[in-house]
Amino acid sequence: MPVTSEKIMQRLLTAVAFSALSALLLIAVFIISQGLPFIFRYGLREFLFSSQWNPQAGKFGIFPMVVSTLWVTLGAMAIGAPLGVAGAVFLTEFVPRSVMSVIKPAIELLAGIPSVVYGFIGVMVLAPLIRDHLGGPGLSLLAGSIILGIMILPTIISISIDSIMAVPRSYREGSLALGATVWQTVRMVTLPAARSGIAASIILAMGRAIGETMAVIMVTGNSVKIPGSALEPVRTLTANIALEMGYATGMHRQALFATGVVLFVVIMILNFSASYVMRQRKARR
Amino acid sequence: MKKKTLYLLLSAALVFTAGCGKNKQSITLAGSTAFQPFAEKLAEQYMTANPGASITVQGGGSAVGIQSALSGAAQIGMADLVNLPPEARELSATIVARDGIAVVINPANKVNDLTIDQLRDIFNGKIKNWKAVGGVDKDITVVSREAGSGTRTSFEEIVTGIDLSGNALIQDSNGTIRETVANDAGAIGYLSHGLLNEKIKAVLLDGQECTTEKIMAQKYKLVRPIFLLTKAQPGAEVQSLIDYILSAEGQQTIQQNGLIPAK
Repeated sequence: MPVTSEKIMQRLLTAVAFSALSALLLIAVFIISQGLPFIFRYGLREFLFSSQWNPQAGKFGIFPMVVSTLWVTLGAMAIGAPLGVAGAVFLTEFVPRSVMSVIKPAIELLAGIPSVVYGFIGVMVLAPLIRDHLGGPGLSLLAGSIILGIMILPTIISISIDSIMAVPRSYREGSLALGATVWQTVRMVTLPAARSGIAASIILAMGRAIGETMAVIMVTGNSVKIPGSALEPVRTLTANIALEMGYATGMHRQALFATGVVLFVVIMILNFSASYVMRQRKARR
Repeated sequence: MKKKTLYLLLSAALVFTAGCGKNKQSITLAGSTAFQPFAEKLAEQYMTANPGASITVQGGGSAVGIQSALSGAAQIGMADLVNLPPEARELSATIVARDGIAVVINPANKVNDLTIDQLRDIFNGKIKNWKAVGGVDKDITVVSREAGSGTRTSFEEIVTGIDLSGNALIQDSNGTIRETVANDAGAIGYLSHGLLNEKIKAVLLDGQECTTEKIMAQKYKLVRPIFLLTKAQPGAEVQSLIDYILSAEGQQTIQQNGLIPAK
């Protein structure tokens, strides 16, 4: 009897595991089958590098959105990465474990806040602040970067903490015994040893920042143009799909799927490089 | 013990799916988000009067309304466009209401009156400062809707000659336009006349106020029809619903909630 149930469970779990995989496969096949024919018909170069996005007139150039996506993501990394890594260093090296065990779950709670709520705070608090103190319409590239920078903190902090904690205690003890201060130890021993884990956390966070949609639509203003400054409104690739999906038919709809293909490729590259970096670390040990 | 849980779950699943049996006549309306709240209200009233009927109202936008009426995914498509696109030609279209598009600014803005030409130049990005149209020295923040939106398409078709400025903010609903304009002292946007409230201020267009009376008297220019689209030969239930919406009672509901009756 136990043996049969064992076998049944095994089959069941296999099926469930593969269903997750097939979901990924189905999504990939669907997006690509819907988007790729459009890219071939319209021309990859024209699609990626022309600045005219006017679906009513049959113009589908996503270059401004590609640039905007890169700027918003870079901005988010410039804000989130230093804060996140500094937070992780502080929690692992400068406070007692008991304090960390309270603060770390609290930071991870940030990840559980729905992105609409971030967007709402961005619209209600951040955008007016930017408009009144820095100028421009407020809904801007800067607002998007700040909101995303906060949203990616939990990813960076928790993965960085794990990789800093994985650095053997003996490294730190050796350094401290040689007379180095705590900060010197962090800078010259712990951080270099945890480098690949921290890099992976930043790459994963970047994937999250690129893929985020709701909060970005709410705070970036969504104008299709190459931003001249951080105070100007921009539209990201994800925002473009979500904004226009409801109205899109025919070519327009396919163009949005093609935008999805571009995003899919970018995020795949990021995820692969994250796992590559992680593997490098394991291989070195 | 575990088996019991399983049985419990199974019976729960049965209970929840039991309602799926189809013995009521069911009509789906889909499309225009501007008309959606009105359609929901009308559907509710119709179902109260006809207990056998079951009506589902979905949003999605005017393009979705046209597509689903064509494909049969919905028996009735809702569209709020000035001119229906060519693919809608094979559908039979009934105007059930009219909707004014109000041009709105922040209440702190002193400008009260704009001409259609000024409006065009503002949305094209030619007029960049409120000073040029009689306001204070402040940059204009243009707020528009996403490409394909029924409100935007109608707005651009009536004002004509709009090539939206690249600096314009894009918001994806009437509600978010209202929020943006209410929060930004330099903003200008447009939205369905039924959604005006005290947080924003509607400007006079060529000296005409955006009110039900002015729209019915055809003085106010920014008005678009709301169409219900059906296959050429709609079924009896579908026809009876449309007749109800066009009846005095239906039209009264439409007017009470801020739209203009079809007449």
